[in-house]
Amino acid sequence: MSFVRAAWLVVRKDVLIEARSREILYTTLFFAVACVLVFAFGFVNEGRPITDAAPGILWIAIAFSGTLALGRAFERERQHETLRALMIAPVDRPALYVGKLAGILLLLAMVEVVIVPLVALLFHAPLFTRPLLLVALLAGGTTGFAAVGTLFAAMLVRARSRDVLLPVLLYPITIPVIIAGVRGTAALLQADVDVPMARAWISMLVLFDVVFIVLALWTFEPLMTE
Amino acid sequence: MSLDFHSLALTGVTRTFGRRRALHKVSLRVEAGELVVVLGPNGAGKSTLLAIVSTLLAPTGGDVRYGDYTSAMGAALRARIGLLGHDLYLYPELSPAENLRFFAGLYGIDRVEERISMALDRAGLSDRRDDPVAGFSRGMRQRLALERALLHEPRLVLLDEPFTGLDDAATDALVGRLRQLRASGCLTIVVTHDLDTVDGVADRALLLHRGRLLDVANEGEPLRERYRAALAHAPQPAAGRL
Repeated sequence: MSFVRAAWLVVRKDVLIEARSREILYTTLFFAVACVLVFAFGFVNEGRPITDAAPGILWIAIAFSGTLALGRAFERERQHETLRALMIAPVDRPALYVGKLAGILLLLAMVEVVIVPLVALLFHAPLFTRPLLLVALLAGGTTGFAAVGTLFAAMLVRARSRDVLLPVLLYPITIPVIIAGVRGTAALLQADVDVPMARAWISMLVLFDVVFIVLALWTFEPLMTE
Repeated sequence: MSLDFHSLALTGVTRTFGRRRALHKVSLRVEAGELVVVLGPNGAGKSTLLAIVSTLLAPTGGDVRYGDYTSAMGAALRARIGLLGHDLYLYPELSPAENLRFFAGLYGIDRVEERISMALDRAGLSDRRDDPVAGFSRGMRQRLALERALLHEPRLVLLDEPFTGLDDAATDALVGRLRQLRASGCLTIVVTHDLDTVDGVADRALLLHRGRLLDVANEGEPLRERYRAALAHAPQPAAGRL
């Protein structure tokens, strides 16, 4: 069984289950939209938003809703102990990690398709002036956040207080990713778009992604063997 | 990589969780074509034993060998192990066919659809093959989970409480399946409390009591009586802690 095929099987299975239940998609999407709306009520006064708030709000919404999705994705594997069936299958165990990570990324991409235009609309943020750079920032930041989050969510799946522990462990480690995402997005929102700065933050995100994914692939099997 | 083995040997296997000792110097040998039943009260360490043998859990001490191999063989070894846990390892949102197809994919099984149809026939679920498992009774799920565990024709079969939720007909079918596994040269370990059901099927019965493995007399009275006698004579350590 090749690594890629095993990862693909896990993604396909997760997509099929989510297509049936839509539980994680709806809850994550609702939470992300609610998060943006709450900030909009606080930071938009008489139709005028506070300047420079949009990047932070966008990435807070992604991080918070991502945490919710990560917890639920592994809760599903815990409820019926299917994680054990995956662990005993004759596949490279890091392929399971990659499969779960890809599923989370797909889900968060769908959430971002909704909340990015929402943030742009509510906070008068010209997010789409450089769409390719924006997509690169979102992809880089979301991958870094989900790479660490998937590893931690898998590790904590049997912990009694996993719902509390996941954000407590995840946010301090992913702060560099969130900062890079916020600063890169802010560079895109300047009156005169600072392309070199945005590219620098994208490069930083790619570096974080490579480091986090390599570390996660390296540590997944020993961490998951009880 | 194809890998096969004809014996399982545990030597002085110990497992602790913090200060709690789940298994204490357990030694066991199972040969191909042998069916061993592990009995014991709740919390005796039976599921821990199966988790270690299935490579899901690493022992704190001791050695587990699968013929000439160890768990270091990784995926190639796991391809020869079939585990039915107390939790059934099924996705309730998926249908029986989808569950089996997913696991068949992970195990790299060929002739997938033919083998899924055969498995569903054996489980008596052919007419429910496309219904979500969430709507099934415990017995139906149990039958499906058994087929999932045996779909890849494992050499080492580990069954944790396989009779749970089964009606009489399904129990008889499972007993027949256990005999087939024995005849086909599988190494089979069954953890159960259904003493009357496995009486006469098992080659050997063992008692796991407070993390220690003890022999149950193999001949004479019904298994239930032999189990009670073994339990009555089991050493009573002060506590199952270090």
